[in-house]
Amino acid sequence: MPTTTPNFTRRATLAGLGASLAAPMIQPAFGQGAPIKVGVLHSLSGTMAISETALRDTVLMMVEYANSKGGLLGRKLEAVVVDPASNWPLFAEKARELLQVHKVDVTFGCWTSVSRKSVLPVFEELKGLLFYPVQYEGEEESPNIFYTGAAPNQQAIPAVEYLMSKDGGEAKRIVLLGTDYVYPRTTNRILRGFLNSKGIGNADIMEEYTPFGHSDWQGIVARVKRFAAEGKKTAIVSTINGDANVPFYRELGNQGIKAEDIPCVAFSVGEEELAGIDTKPLVGHLAAWNYFMSTPGKPNEEFKAMWQAYIKNPKRVTNDPMEAIYTGFRMWMQAVEKAKTTAVAAVTPALIGQKLMAPCGFEEEMLPNHHLSKPVLIGEIQADGQINTVWKTAGVVKAENWSPFIPENANRAKK
Amino acid sequence: MTLRFVLLGALLVLAVMPALNRLPADSALHVSDFLISITGKWITYAILALAIDLAWGYAGILSLGHGAFFTLGGYAIGMHLMRLIGTRGVYGHPTLPDFMVFLGYKELPWYWLGFDSFPYALFMAMAVPGLLALVVGYLAFRSRITGVYLSIITQAMTYALMLAFFRNDMGFGGNNGFTDFKELLGMSLNTANARAVLFYASLVLLVVAFFLCTRVAQSKLGRVLVAIRDAESRVRFLGYDVTQHKLFVFVLSAVLAGLAGALYVPQVGIINPGEFSPGNSIEAVIWVAVGGRGTLVGAVLGAFSVNALKTWLTTVAPDLWLFALGGLFVAVTLFLPRGLIGLFSKAKS
Amino acid sequence: MTALILRIALLLLLALPARAQDAFIAALPGLAGGFSDIAASVDRLGALGDPRALPLLRALQEGKLQKTPDGRLLLPEGAGTADAVTGQPADVAGAEAVRLNNRVRQALRGALGRLQLVSPDPAQRGAAAEAIFRGRSAEDVPLLQAAIAREQIPAVRAKMELALAAAQLVAPDEAAKRDAIARLGAAGSVEARALLIEARTANPSLAAAIDVSIATIEKQLQIRRMAETLFQGLSLGSVLLLAALGLAVTFGVMGVINMAHGEFVMLGAYATFVVQELCRGTSWLVPWALPLAVPAAFLVTAAAGALLERGLIRHLYGRPLETLLMTFGVGMILQQAVRVAFGAQNREVLSPSWMQGTLTLPGGVAVTQNRLWIIFFGLAVLAMVFAAIRLTRFGLEMRAVVQNRRIAATMGIRTGRVDAMTFAFGSGLAGLAGVALSQIDNVSPNLGTGYIIDSFMVVVFGGVGSLAGTLVGALTLGVVNKMLEPWAGAVLAKVFVLVAIMLFIQRRPKGIFALKGRAAES
Repeated sequence: MPTTTPNFTRRATLAGLGASLAAPMIQPAFGQGAPIKVGVLHSLSGTMAISETALRDTVLMMVEYANSKGGLLGRKLEAVVVDPASNWPLFAEKARELLQVHKVDVTFGCWTSVSRKSVLPVFEELKGLLFYPVQYEGEEESPNIFYTGAAPNQQAIPAVEYLMSKDGGEAKRIVLLGTDYVYPRTTNRILRGFLNSKGIGNADIMEEYTPFGHSDWQGIVARVKRFAAEGKKTAIVSTINGDANVPFYRELGNQGIKAEDIPCVAFSVGEEELAGIDTKPLVGHLAAWNYFMSTPGKPNEEFKAMWQAYIKNPKRVTNDPMEAIYTGFRMWMQAVEKAKTTAVAAVTPALIGQKLMAPCGFEEEMLPNHHLSKPVLIGEIQADGQINTVWKTAGVVKAENWSPFIPENANRAKK
Repeated sequence: MTLRFVLLGALLVLAVMPALNRLPADSALHVSDFLISITGKWITYAILALAIDLAWGYAGILSLGHGAFFTLGGYAIGMHLMRLIGTRGVYGHPTLPDFMVFLGYKELPWYWLGFDSFPYALFMAMAVPGLLALVVGYLAFRSRITGVYLSIITQAMTYALMLAFFRNDMGFGGNNGFTDFKELLGMSLNTANARAVLFYASLVLLVVAFFLCTRVAQSKLGRVLVAIRDAESRVRFLGYDVTQHKLFVFVLSAVLAGLAGALYVPQVGIINPGEFSPGNSIEAVIWVAVGGRGTLVGAVLGAFSVNALKTWLTTVAPDLWLFALGGLFVAVTLFLPRGLIGLFSKAKS
Repeated sequence: MTALILRIALLLLLALPARAQDAFIAALPGLAGGFSDIAASVDRLGALGDPRALPLLRALQEGKLQKTPDGRLLLPEGAGTADAVTGQPADVAGAEAVRLNNRVRQALRGALGRLQLVSPDPAQRGAAAEAIFRGRSAEDVPLLQAAIAREQIPAVRAKMELALAAAQLVAPDEAAKRDAIARLGAAGSVEARALLIEARTANPSLAAAIDVSIATIEKQLQIRRMAETLFQGLSLGSVLLLAALGLAVTFGVMGVINMAHGEFVMLGAYATFVVQELCRGTSWLVPWALPLAVPAAFLVTAAAGALLERGLIRHLYGRPLETLLMTFGVGMILQQAVRVAFGAQNREVLSPSWMQGTLTLPGGVAVTQNRLWIIFFGLAVLAMVFAAIRLTRFGLEMRAVVQNRRIAATMGIRTGRVDAMTFAFGSGLAGLAGVALSQIDNVSPNLGTGYIIDSFMVVVFGGVGSLAGTLVGALTLGVVNKMLEPWAGAVLAKVFVLVAIMLFIQRRPKGIFALKGRAAES
C-alpha cells in the first residue's frame, strides 16, 4: 500500500506524466510535526468527472493556500488524492482507505447523494470527518459530516417563491423536471407540498423524470410546451443533473421556449455547466444558488483571483460547490486553530458557530445541525455564460435539513 | 504440482488474514481492516470470475451480462438487509425502508414480502439470477445464438436492467439503491467480527465453487462442453442435446454469480443499479482473460490481480490509472492469449 | 444612426419651451430604478407611441442602455455614450448597464411590438404582431386595426389579424370577442388554444363558443402531434443510424467488434470542437466551422481507426471475442486521454445560425432545425456509404475480401491494405456521427458510452452486413421509442424496446435483413 501520494493536478499531468506538484513559491518554515493529511475524494474519471475534477483542484488550491499561510498549528498540509471513478461502492472503499491507510485528518469529497450515502457508514464507523460541498435534498444528519452546500429551504423553496412573485412572472403552473434520483425526487416532493400550501393544485403541477445522461429531450420539451398552453403562466423547475443539461437547454432553445414565456429555474446548473453551452438562446432562464461567480465584493474577488492563479487560466469559472469547499475549508482551518488539534472529536464541536465572510458576500455560520446559514440568490443566465443576480434574500437563511413539507419528518422527532 | 502448492499457500494466507487483523496495529504481521475489507470484496469478485470462466472458458458462452446476475443476487440480500433495519431507519417506520417512506409508499410492495427471512433472501439470491439465466439462455440457445451475438444480447440484458433499476418507481431505491445496512444474522455489520465472518463465508464459497467448477470441468459433462465450445454443430450431429448442456452450465454459472453478489453487498455496504452497467460485466470478463481463460485458477488469479492493481493505481495515479488498466487489457489480449497462467506453464516448459 | 436621430429629436424638443409634462421625459427616470420601475416605464413608453422611445427600448433590450450612479441614462453613440435626455456625449465612469429580468423583457416585447407596428421593415412588423399576440391588451385593438388597414403584405397582415383577435379577446366589445373566438379557433395553434382557455373563465357567457373553437384546434393539434412524434422518432432514428453506420461497416462487414466505437464518435465530436476553435480567429470562417468539421472529423477518426487496425486488431483476426475485450481497453485509454488533453468539462460547440430554432412546415408542424439537418445528414452519409461500397474500386475490393479473402488475394488485392481501409472507413463514419452529436449532446469524454449499446442493437436488429437493415433498424427503433415514450416514460420506453429486440433476435437471429448464402455462415 502506498504511504505518500504525489499531488496530481491537471497541469502537472500535462507538464509531464507523473510529475508531482511543484513546491509553492514561498515556502514558509514548518514545525517538526507530521504533516496534516487532507483526503480528497472526488471522481476523476467516469460520468461525474465532469463536475468533480474542478472540486479536486479547489481542495488542492486550499491546501496550497493553507501552506502559504504557514500551515496549521505549525504543521504542513498534505493532500491525499484518490479516484473513486464515479463508482459508488468504490467511494466506500476509498473512504476506508483514506481513513485507515492514510489516516487523513479531514476529507473533502463526494458530489452525488449516492456517493455520500455510500461513504456515510464508513465515516461514522471510523469516526472520520467529511465536508460535503454540494446542494442536496436534506433528510440526513451525521455527526461525522459537515454539509456546506444548500439544504432545500436554501435553494428550492425561495426559487419557486420567486417564480410565483410579480418579478418572477407570477407562475401559476409548475413543471418539475428532474433526473430520476433521490435529490430531484425529494426536492420535488418538498416543492409539491409547498406549492399545494400556496394554492397550486396537483392538476397544475407536471412532474417528469429522466435517466442520467438523458440526451433526447424532444418529446418532453414538446409536452412541456403543451402543458404551458393551458392558459396559465407556467414555469419550469429543473433538477436535471449534469450531462443531461446541455441537450436539454439546446432543445429548449431550439423549440423556441423563451424565458419571458416559460422561465426555467435550475438547481444544478452553474457556471461550470454553462461553459459547455451556447447561452445566447437561454438568456433570462434562471438558476438558484447561494453563490454566483458574478457576485460583487472583495471576498469573491479574492476567491476568483486565487482560483484563476492556481489553475493558471484566467478564463476558468468558479461555481457554488467550489465556493462551498472554500468556505468549508476555511472554517475547518479556523476550527483546528481553535481546538489546537486536528482530532475529529475536538474539531467537530469547534466547528459549530464558526463564522466566515464567504465569497457569496454574506457572513456564513456553521449551525449546530452541521449545515451553514447561507443567502439565497436567484440569477439570470447571461449571453456570456455568467449568471447575474436578479433577486436575493435580505440576509442569510438557516438550513433546515429536515423539511417541514415532508410529513414523515414529524414522526422523526422522537429519534 | 507447483501450481497446486502455490494455491494452497495462497489459501492459507487468506485464511489467516482475519486472525492477523487481531494483532496489535504496530505488529509487523498486522493486517489492516482496510485490507480485510477489500480482500473480502475481491474474493467475491473471484467467485464471479469463476462463474464466468465456467461458462466462457469451458462452454464458450461469452456472457457480457454476468454482472447482472451478480447484482441481482446482491439486490436480494440487500432487500433482506433493508428489512432488518426496521425502526432504526431515519423515519423509524417498522416495515418500510426509508426511501419508500419519503417516496410516499403506504405499504410494502408484494415483491418485497418474505425478504425479512434470511433463508428466503438467500434462496432468491440464487433463484432470481438462475431463473433469468434459464429464460434468456433457453431463448438464445434454442435459436442457436452464439458467439458475439450472445455477447451483445446479454449486454443488452444488463443494460436494460440497469435502466429499469435506475427508476425510482421500481421500488428498489433507484439510483441510490440500498445503503446504511445495520446487521445481518444478528451481527452488527460495521464491526471487525462481522467482517471476519463475511470474509470466511466468502472464502468458503470460493473454495466450494472452485471444487464444484473443477468437478464439472473434469466430468463427462465438462468434456462435452469443451466439445461444444470448439465445434458446436459437430456435437449436435453426434446426438448430444447442446441446448440442454449449455443451459445447465449457464444457469449454474448465474447462480454462482448471484451468490457472489449476495456476499459482496454486506461487505461493501451498498448496492445500486450502477453495478448493472455493461462496463462492469466486461471488466469481469477481462479479469478472466487476464488470468487465463478455461483454467479456473486463472479466473481467480485474474480477479485478484486486476483488482489489486486497480485499488493501488486509483490512489497512486488517480489521473492515469485508466491508461495503465486499459493498456494491461490490450497487452494481455495481444501478448498473453493464455493469460497470466500461461506465463506459469511457459516457465515450466 | 438611430442614436443620432434620437439626439436631433431631443434637441428639437429642448428647443421648444421645456414642458414639464412631456410624457416621454417623464417616463425615463423609471428606467434607472428597480425592476418594477423599469417595467412600468417601459409600459408607459410603449403606450405613448413616441418615436424617440424605439431606439431607447432597443438599446435596453440589447443591454446597451447604461445608467450612471446619479440616475442619468446613457445611450450608445458611436464608440462612446450620450445622455439619453440631452443627447450630449457623456462619460461612462461608474455607469453600468441597465439589467433586465423576465418581467421587464415581457414588458419590452409588448412595448417594442406596439412601436414597431409602424416600422418600414415588414419582418419587424410581423415580429411586432407576434409580440402583441403574446402580450396583448385591450389598448392594442385600435393600433392593430390601423396597422391592418395600412398593411400590404398578406403574411404580415395575417399575423396582425391574429394579434387583433387575441387583443379583442381581452377587450370589452362582446361581438368582436365572438368573432375573435372563431378566428382563433381557425388559427389552430397551441398558443391560440391557451388564449381561449384563459378567456373561458373570464367569459362564462361565451363558454359554448369557446369550446367549439377549442375542439376545432384540438382536432388539428392531434394530427400535428402525430406528425411531430413521427419527426421526433425519425430524428432519434437518424442519430442511431449515424452512430451505427460505422459499426455496420466494421462489425457488419469485417466482423470486428469494436467496443471503442463510441470513443471514435467522441473523437469526432472533439475534432469538431477543435475545428471550431481554429476557425474562431478568422471571422469569415466561423459560419463554415461545422461544414469544415465534417471532413476533418472523418479524417481524424479514420486515421485513428487505421492505426488501431494496423497496430492491434489485425493480430486478433478470427478471435472476435478477444478483439471485443481489447478494444474495450482501447476505449478506456482514449476516454482518459481526451479527459487529460481537453479537461473533464464539457466543451462548447456552437450551432451555426441555420441550425438554430424551429421551422414550421405547412400544416403548422414545428420541427427543430438542428434535428432536421441531422436527418438529412444521416441520409447523406448513408448514401455515401452505399456509393462507396457499390461504386468505387475500394468498395469492390472490400466486397471481394469479405466474400473470399484467399481468392481476392490471388487476384492481386492487397487484403491487409483493404482491411485497414475498411476499418478506417468505418471509424471515419463514427467521426461523422460525432459531428452530428456535437450539435445535440454534450461534447465530453463520456459522449460515446451512451451510444455504443444502442448502435450494436441497431446493427444486430437490422441484420449484420446489411446497410438497408441498419437504416430500417435505426428508424424503426427511433420511431417506436418515441411512440412509446409519452405513456411509458423515457426510460421504460427504452427498456421495452431493448427487450423487444432481444425477443425479436431469438425469433430471427440474423435480424430483419438476413444475409443469405455463404457469407451468412460462420
